[in-house]
Amino acid sequence: MIPVPYYLTISAVLFTVGMAGVLVRRNALVIFMAIELMLNSVNLTFVAFARQLAAIEGQVAVFFVIVIAAVEVVVGLAIIIAIFRARSTVDIDDVDLLRG
Amino acid sequence: MVLLFIILFPLAGWLINGFAGGRLPPRAPGLVGSASVGLSLTAALVAVQQPEVWREGLTASLFTWISAGEFSARASLVLDPLSAVMTLVVTGVGFLIHIYSIGYMAEDPGKSRYFAYLNLFIASMLVLVLAGNLLVMFVGWELVGLCSYLLIGFWFDRERAADAGRKAFIVNRIGDAGFLLGILLLAVTVKSLDFKAIADASSSMAVPVATAITLLLFVGATGKSAQLPLHVWLPDAMEGPTPVSALIHAATMVTAGVYMIGRLHPLFTQAELTLGVVAAVGAATAFFAATVALVEHDLKRVLAYSTISQLGYMFLAMGVAAAPAGMFHLTTHAVFKALLFLAAGSVMHAMHGVIDMRRLGGLARPMRWTALGFVIGAAALAGFPFTAGFFSKDLILERAFAHARGWGSYLLWAAGVATAFITAVYITRAAILTFAPPPSHHDHPPFDSAQGGPSGSRGPHEAPPEMGWPMAALAALSLGGGFLGASAVGAPLLHSLERFFNSAPEPEAGAVPVLALTLVSVSAALAGMLAGLWLYRGRRDASLSALGQFLSHKWYIEDLYNAAIVGPLRRGAQFLASTVELGIIDGAVIGVAGAVRQAGASFRRFQTGYVRNYAAVLLAGTVLLLGYWLTR
Repeated sequence: MIPVPYYLTISAVLFTVGMAGVLVRRNALVIFMAIELMLNSVNLTFVAFARQLAAIEGQVAVFFVIVIAAVEVVVGLAIIIAIFRARSTVDIDDVDLLRG
Repeated sequence: MVLLFIILFPLAGWLINGFAGGRLPPRAPGLVGSASVGLSLTAALVAVQQPEVWREGLTASLFTWISAGEFSARASLVLDPLSAVMTLVVTGVGFLIHIYSIGYMAEDPGKSRYFAYLNLFIASMLVLVLAGNLLVMFVGWELVGLCSYLLIGFWFDRERAADAGRKAFIVNRIGDAGFLLGILLLAVTVKSLDFKAIADASSSMAVPVATAITLLLFVGATGKSAQLPLHVWLPDAMEGPTPVSALIHAATMVTAGVYMIGRLHPLFTQAELTLGVVAAVGAATAFFAATVALVEHDLKRVLAYSTISQLGYMFLAMGVAAAPAGMFHLTTHAVFKALLFLAAGSVMHAMHGVIDMRRLGGLARPMRWTALGFVIGAAALAGFPFTAGFFSKDLILERAFAHARGWGSYLLWAAGVATAFITAVYITRAAILTFAPPPSHHDHPPFDSAQGGPSGSRGPHEAPPEMGWPMAALAALSLGGGFLGASAVGAPLLHSLERFFNSAPEPEAGAVPVLALTLVSVSAALAGMLAGLWLYRGRRDASLSALGQFLSHKWYIEDLYNAAIVGPLRRGAQFLASTVELGIIDGAVIGVAGAVRQAGASFRRFQTGYVRNYAAVLLAGTVLLLGYWLTR
């Protein structure tokens, strides 16, 4: 059996990649994919620990995360399409309506 | 019931004139106003026929006004000899002046307002006079103050009139503050403000308490009756219509202070010190105001200072425990001073508002009845033998002499005699300057300006009959009214008052040289008249040099007030307005707003609008929190 730290390591790497993607990319769709990456790295952590501790709760949490992620994709893509229709761009640096 | 009607008639007149006067035909307000006071006079005459009035007094209790713990006050009225005399003066003189006003105010567009105020004044004055307790009296006291303010400022579009109204109101408030404190102290001490209860309680009251109460009440009297040092409002009050000056500022309202002392005489006799203060203030005021009247150029202001001076006589009488004499002088003064004012009003009416005596003169020819009325009033004021003022003034001087103990109090008498002399001089001067023909070498008589002026096509003319008859009635009373108090014919008025006050002992025969005193005061009056005739012969105005300068500044009292009170108050207000208001209060408000604005301006830089910045901050926060948890 592969030891848990391996899973944790790859999970951390995935999370960091996702994080970096969110922070540095400008395309909204790419940022979206980076967020999915972060969510899935968390999922990986959950199942790894669930396996090690022989507890079902971690796997249940993963299902919740997957459902939430699906919902989030629906809402998020809808927003992105709406923005694209309004401004013909999905570059998030062009969308700074909240600037003070 | 009849007592209530005395008050209700003028009140009804006020309501009619106040609410409907503008829609009535032009002559109606005057008729309504006069008729309501005439009905009130009739009711008063009916009321005084009842024998109870002259024994224990006729009372009417209306309702319980305040009832709190031990203290209770009823709204009650009382008609006894004192208030009967005063009621007849108010309604009688008031009625005549209302009739006079019909002629005087005939051309004024605001006459329904005028008659409404005048009726309200009569009703208020009757509340004051008929009050059965001090609280009701205070209500009347304040109401007449209000009416006085309204009528002084009747021509409120003239700034001087509006200012004079405010001045009267403010100065009266100063006095009323003392009056109210006196009432409260009395309420705490006696637990009742009923005049009977006060009279019963006063004999057992501690002297210091009685002194404090009476001194506070006297402060109110100095304000209302224009005595030193609160006399400053009355001369300015002459900005109002002349009938108002006659009614409110000569005959009735200003005597309220004297009446109040008469009403509370058991309390005042308990306080020896207060009586001394009252007498001293009265004598000082009488002398002071008479000297100022000597140099005034405005005829009405001469009469105003004369009123202050005569009120001083009344207070002198009250202070030397001669309340009947004081009330007697109040009555005669109401008559002859009203006559003088009405004659002055007639002059003003004829001269289109000119009242400066330097521009008058020679009016005796075109206005001989007015001139005759003025001379009769002047004779009564000066105390010419057998006129009204002669009897009452003489009586006061006699009682002042009889009451005197030691040099200080003989000084009061001496001041009274000196005032009698000066009074005769100034009123002779006023009569000469107004009515005597100008010297022959004068090219054109002063009233030319009225003849050729733009406002009048004709020269001075005699007053219309509705102004003439009230003057005639007052002139008859000025000549004959004194016999109400002449001992030769039994002094009916004086005796009923003496019975009422029952504290004024007849000076036993021989204790006072009555004849000599009468001779002294009569010769003072006659000498004054002769001196006036000589000084101002041929209408020349004697300047009296440096003394005249001093007098024409009214002894610098008003300048002193301006420098010591008005100026600092004004500077204080200026300071508060410009420094405290603008600098501190506004500064604080603006400062808080500015600080918030500054803070907002610096905080808005955090809101870049870039999602990535928010995400980075989120990450940083999470890392910090994790770091905190892991390392603690």
